[in-house]
Amino acid sequence: MKTQNKSLFQKELLKEAFLQSFLKLNPATLFRNPIMFTVEIGTVVMLCVCLWILTGEQSQGSFVYNFTVFIILLFTLLFANFAEAIAEARGKAQADSLRKTREETPAKKIFPVGEMYIDELQIVPSSSLAKGDIFICEAGDTIPTDGEIIEGLATIDESAITGESAPVIREAGGDKSSVTGGTKVLSDKIKVQVTTEPGESFLDKMIALVEGASRQKTPNEIALTILLAGFTLVFIIVCTTLKPFADYANITITIASFISLFVCLIPTTIGGLLSAIGIAGMDRALRANVITKSGKAVETAGDIDVLLLDKTGTITIGNRKATNFYPTTGVSEQDFVKASILSSLADETPEGKSIIELAGKDATKNLSVEDSILIKFTAETRSSGVNLPDGTKIRKGAYDSIRKLSEQAGNSFPNDTSDRVTEISSNGGTPLVVSQNDKVLGVIELQDIIKPGIQERFERLRRMGVKTVMVTGDNPLTAKFIAEKAGVDDFIAEAKPEDKMNYIKNEQIKGKLVAMMGDGTNDAPALAQADVGVAMNSGTQAAKEAGNMVDLDNDPTKLIEIVEIGKQLLMTRGTLTTFSIANDVAKYFAIIPALFITAIPALQGLNIMHLHSPESAILSAVIFNAIVIPFLIPLALKGVTYKPIGASALLRRNLLFYGLGGIIVPFIGIKIIDMIVTIFI
Amino acid sequence: MNTEIIGIIAMFVLTLILAIPLGKYISKVYSGQKTFLDPVFLPIEKLFYKISGIDSKKEMNWKQHMVALVAINVVWFVLGMIILLCQGSLPLNPDNNPSMTPDLAFNTIISFLVNCNLQHYSGETGVSYLSQLFLMFLQFVSAGIGLAAAAVLFNALKERTTETLGNFYNYFIKSCTRILLPISVIVATILLFNGTPMTFEGKQAMTTLQGDSVEVSTGPAAAFTAIKHVGTNGGGFFGTNSAHPLENPNYLTNIVEMIAQMIIPFAMVFALGFYLNRRKLSWMIFGVMTVGFLALTIPTVVTEMNGNPALTQMGIDTTSGATEGKEVRFGAAASGYWSIATTVISTGSVNSMHDSAMPLSGMNQLLAMMINCFYGGCGVGILNFYIFIILAVFISGLMVGRTPEFLGKKIEAREMKIAMIIALLHPFLILVGVALSTAFPEQGASTLNNPGFHGFSEILYEFTSSAANNGSGFEGLGDNNPWWNITTGIVLLLSRFLPIIGPVAIAGILASKKHIPESAGTLKTDTSTFGLMVFAVIFIIAALSFFPSLTLGPIAEYFTLY
Repeated sequence: MKTQNKSLFQKELLKEAFLQSFLKLNPATLFRNPIMFTVEIGTVVMLCVCLWILTGEQSQGSFVYNFTVFIILLFTLLFANFAEAIAEARGKAQADSLRKTREETPAKKIFPVGEMYIDELQIVPSSSLAKGDIFICEAGDTIPTDGEIIEGLATIDESAITGESAPVIREAGGDKSSVTGGTKVLSDKIKVQVTTEPGESFLDKMIALVEGASRQKTPNEIALTILLAGFTLVFIIVCTTLKPFADYANITITIASFISLFVCLIPTTIGGLLSAIGIAGMDRALRANVITKSGKAVETAGDIDVLLLDKTGTITIGNRKATNFYPTTGVSEQDFVKASILSSLADETPEGKSIIELAGKDATKNLSVEDSILIKFTAETRSSGVNLPDGTKIRKGAYDSIRKLSEQAGNSFPNDTSDRVTEISSNGGTPLVVSQNDKVLGVIELQDIIKPGIQERFERLRRMGVKTVMVTGDNPLTAKFIAEKAGVDDFIAEAKPEDKMNYIKNEQIKGKLVAMMGDGTNDAPALAQADVGVAMNSGTQAAKEAGNMVDLDNDPTKLIEIVEIGKQLLMTRGTLTTFSIANDVAKYFAIIPALFITAIPALQGLNIMHLHSPESAILSAVIFNAIVIPFLIPLALKGVTYKPIGASALLRRNLLFYGLGGIIVPFIGIKIIDMIVTIFI
Repeated sequence: MNTEIIGIIAMFVLTLILAIPLGKYISKVYSGQKTFLDPVFLPIEKLFYKISGIDSKKEMNWKQHMVALVAINVVWFVLGMIILLCQGSLPLNPDNNPSMTPDLAFNTIISFLVNCNLQHYSGETGVSYLSQLFLMFLQFVSAGIGLAAAAVLFNALKERTTETLGNFYNYFIKSCTRILLPISVIVATILLFNGTPMTFEGKQAMTTLQGDSVEVSTGPAAAFTAIKHVGTNGGGFFGTNSAHPLENPNYLTNIVEMIAQMIIPFAMVFALGFYLNRRKLSWMIFGVMTVGFLALTIPTVVTEMNGNPALTQMGIDTTSGATEGKEVRFGAAASGYWSIATTVISTGSVNSMHDSAMPLSGMNQLLAMMINCFYGGCGVGILNFYIFIILAVFISGLMVGRTPEFLGKKIEAREMKIAMIIALLHPFLILVGVALSTAFPEQGASTLNNPGFHGFSEILYEFTSSAANNGSGFEGLGDNNPWWNITTGIVLLLSRFLPIIGPVAIAGILASKKHIPESAGTLKTDTSTFGLMVFAVIFIIAALSFFPSLTLGPIAEYFTLY
C-alpha cells in the first residue's frame, strides 16, 4: 500500500482530467448518463437562445444574462465530467503504478527443439510471451509475467507488489504455485508456464473496468439510474406543463428561466457524481491492493452476511510462539534449553525469537554463536540450526525431518518425546524438535497466538451484522478454544475443502451472502460458489480464475476491509442522492417566486430568502447547482465514512447530515451567491 | 376547549378505536380463519361459485390476479353503459329522468367503476332508481376490488418465496360479504333512524314554512349513502352530496358518515400488521399517514375557523368562521375536517362546498389528493403507500450501506422501474390534463365560472380529483360536456388500474425472490427514522412536483388575500 497517502488531486492527474472533461461532452458518451444528457440538451438550447438574441430578438432578456446562464450550464456539465475523469485518472494511475512493475523484462524462454527434447533457451522480451509458453527464472531474475511454476521451488521477493519485504516460498504442485510478473527470484531456479495472454492479466482487466469503454453499470447502479431518470422525467413534465399554465395566467417565462428551473430541479448532483462514485469504489479496493474483476463484486461485498476466514494468518499470527520446553528423559532441562537457544540465536524468524524470549535473559546471556556455521531453513530440509566451532551440530525442525535425521544417523527417536509431540499437536500447538549431533534432546511447544486487536475487529463485524466463521484444520477442541478466544461466531474444524463448500451452500440456501478467501486449487469451487471470493495472488491460477477478486497482499484480514469498501460505496450513493433531492426545496423557493413575481407581485411572500431580483435569484440557484458538484467530488472519491453503529442509527445520522443538511445548505448557499451576484448586476 | 374542536377530535379517536379490532377481523378474513359471519355467507358464496363455475381454491400468481381483476371490470363497464344509455325506457324511473348522453354515461360508469364517483350529473334529475341501484352495486364491488388487490399485496409480503398468492375471487367476494356489507348495514340503519329516506317512491310534494310548495326528491338514499362512505366512493345520491339535509341530516349522522369513510382505510393498515404479525410496521405506516393527515387538517381547520379576512375588514362578524358554502348544522371546524378527510382518503363526498373554502384549505385539499396515500382509499391507499415505501427503502437502504431490501426481499432495477412509473403517473396525468385544458381554452378554461387564480384552481382540482380517484369537485366548473367527460374519464381509468397493477406486480415479483433473513445490518423498516424517510420521499415526490401549479392557483390566491 505504498501509494495510499497521496493527495486526492495530483497535478499530473488534473491535466488529464481537464482534457477528458471536454472530450466527455461528446453527446454519444454523455448519453449513457440520462440526467447529464438532458442538461447538455438544455445547454445547447441556451446557446441557440444566445445566438437568437444576437440576431435582434428582444423577448428573452439581455444577452449577458442568457450567456451567463449558458456558461454556468456548460460548467455544470464540465464539473460532472471532471468528477468522472478524475476518478478514472486516479484509478488508472494506481493501476499503472502496479503495471510499471512489469515493464519490459528479458525472459528466458524455452524452445523445445526436435524430438530429442533438448530444449533451447533464448532471451526474449516479456511482451512476446504468449499463454502456454514456458520460461526459466534463476536467482536474481525478475519474473517477466504472471505464471504458474511447473518445476522447482524458489524464494521470491514480492515486495514490488505487496510492499512486504519478507521473501516467500513458491513451489510447483502446491497451492502456492503462482508467480506474478515484476517480482524477483531470490534463490533457486524455477520453470514457469505463462498463464495469461499479454494484455489479459487481471490487472489489465481491472484497468479496462476503470476506463469508460468496458465499464458496465452494476445492478444497483442501474436501479439508481432508473430512480434518477424518474425524477428527471417528473421535472420534464413539471417544466413543460408550466408553459400553458403561465400562458393562462398571462405570465411570460423566458426560455432561460425554464431551463434553469429544470436543471436545478433534476438531480444533477448525484447524476454528475454517480459514475465517479463507482469508479472510486474500485479504486479504493485497488488502493487496498485488491484487484476486483467487476464493480458488482465491490457492491456485493457491502451486503455480506457471513465471512469465512482461515485461522492461520487471519485470526492467529501465522508464526506461533514458544510456550514450553520438554526435554527427553535423560537430558537435563538446562542442556536442552541451551541447545535450543544456540539453535535460535541466529534465527531471525518470529518462532526463533520467541524461543529466546521463553528461555529468558539469564539463560541466554553467556551464550554466543560467533565463528559458528549457520544452517538456514530451507523448504526442503524443513529444519535449521548451527554448527558450533567445536563441531557440535545442533538442529531444530519439524518432527518428521528431525526424526529422519536421527534415524539416518542410527539413533532411535525417543518414545516419550514422540508421545509429547502427539500431545502438543492435539492441543492445537506445533512441536519443534531439537537435536544435537543427530540425537534428540527434546521438543519445544509452539502455540497459536491470537492476533492482537482481532477481537475488536470481529466485534466491529458483528455490529455490522456480519457473522464470522473460522476455518481450520485443527481438531474441534482446539478450534473451539481458539474460536472462543478470538471471538468468532462459528468455526469449521478439521476442515476439508468440501466442508467449506457445503457451509457456503447451506448459508446461501438460508438467503445469506457469503464471502471467503482462498488460495488453493482445492478452494476454487468454494471461491466460485461464494458471493465474494477473494483469491490470494500467491494462489493457484484456478483459484484466481474462480474468485471475483484477487488480493495482491495475500492478507486474509483483507476481507474485512473489502466489506467496508462495499458499504462505503453504497452509502456514498445513497447519501448524495438524498442530498441532491433535498436541495430541491431551496431551489424551488429561489426560482418559483422569480418566475412569477413580475406578474403576481403578491408572491413576494414566497421569496423567503429575500433574493435581490428574479435574474439574480435564477443565476444564484443555477450557480449553486453547478458548484456543489466540485465541492462534493472529494466526498465522492473518498466515500462516506462507514460507522458500524447499527442500521437505524446510521440512517438517522446520514438523514440528519445529508437530508437535513441538504435542505438547509442550499438556502444559505443561494443567499450568499445572490449577495455576490447582486454586486455585478 | 371549543366544542367544535372536541367534536372533530372525538371523530378521529372513535375511528381509531374501532379500526384496531376491525383490522384484526380483516386480517382473519384474508388469512382464511373462521369468522362469526361464516355460517351466513358460506352457503351463499358456495352457490355463487357453483353457478359461475369458479374454483375459489385455485391459487393464482400475480398476473392471473390482475387478469381476473381487469376482466371483471370490463363486464361491469359494458353492463353499466347499457343501463345508463337506456335508463329512460327501463323500469324504476318514477321521475321520468332521461337517458344519459354517451359521453356522460362513459364518464359516469368509469368514475363509479374506479371508485371515484366524479358525478358530472345531479342525482335528482340525472339518473333513474335502477341506475342508482346499479351504481350502488358498483360502489360495493369497486371497493371490494380495491380491498382484494390489497389482500393480494398482504399475501405477497409474507416471509417466504412463492409464485402463488391466493385466489382473487375468494378475496373479492369475502371483501364484499365479510367487510363492506356488514358495516354498510350498520351505517345505513343509523342513517335511516336519523331521517335519511329509503324508498322507491318518486318526488314528494310538501309545503315549506314560507308556504311555498316544493317537490322534494327522495329515493333509496340511506343504503346508497352508507356504501358511499364505507367503500370510500363518495358518489352522492343527491347533487349536493352529504351537505344535503336528507343525505346527512344532523351532527350525529355527520360523525357516523365520517367514521364510516375512514374506518376501512385505518383498519387496512392495522390488518397488514396483524396479517404479517408485524404490528410495529403498522404503527410506523399509520404514524406517517397520521402526521401527514394532521399537517393538512390543522391549518385547514384553523383557517376555516378564523374566517375570511376580507369580510372581517368590511366589518362583518366572522366569529363562526368562514361560513360561505357550509352547512350551519356542521360548522366551520367539522366542515374543514371533513374536507381533508374526504380528500386524503379517496371518498370525495362533501359536507361543504370546497370551492368556497379559504385558499389555504383549497391547497391542502389539493395536496391531500396529490399525495393520495395518507390512509387513502379502500385497499388502494395501502397500495399507493407501498410504492413510496419501496422508493424510501431504496434510498435509505443505500444510506446504510446495503443493497436495498424490504421485508427480506431485494429491490432491484425491475421493481424500481415499476415503482417509478407509478409514482410518475400521478403528476403526469394531473399536470398534462391541466396543461391541455389551459392550452385549449375554448374547450377547458371557457367553462369556468371564476376567472384568475381561482379558475386555475378549479381546473387543477378537477384533474387532481380524477387522478386520485377521489370524485369531489371544486364545482364552479361546467363539467358536463364532452371535453371534461372524456378527458377525466381517461384519467380516471389510467389512474385506477395502473396504480393497482403496479404495486401488486412489484409485490408479486418480490414474493418470488429468495427471502433473506434479517441481520444486525438490515435496515429496520418499522422505526420512526424510517417513517421520517418515507414521509420525506412522499413530500418531495408528491408535493414538490405540484409546487409550481399550486403557486399559480391557491398560493397566489392566498398571498393576494392576506
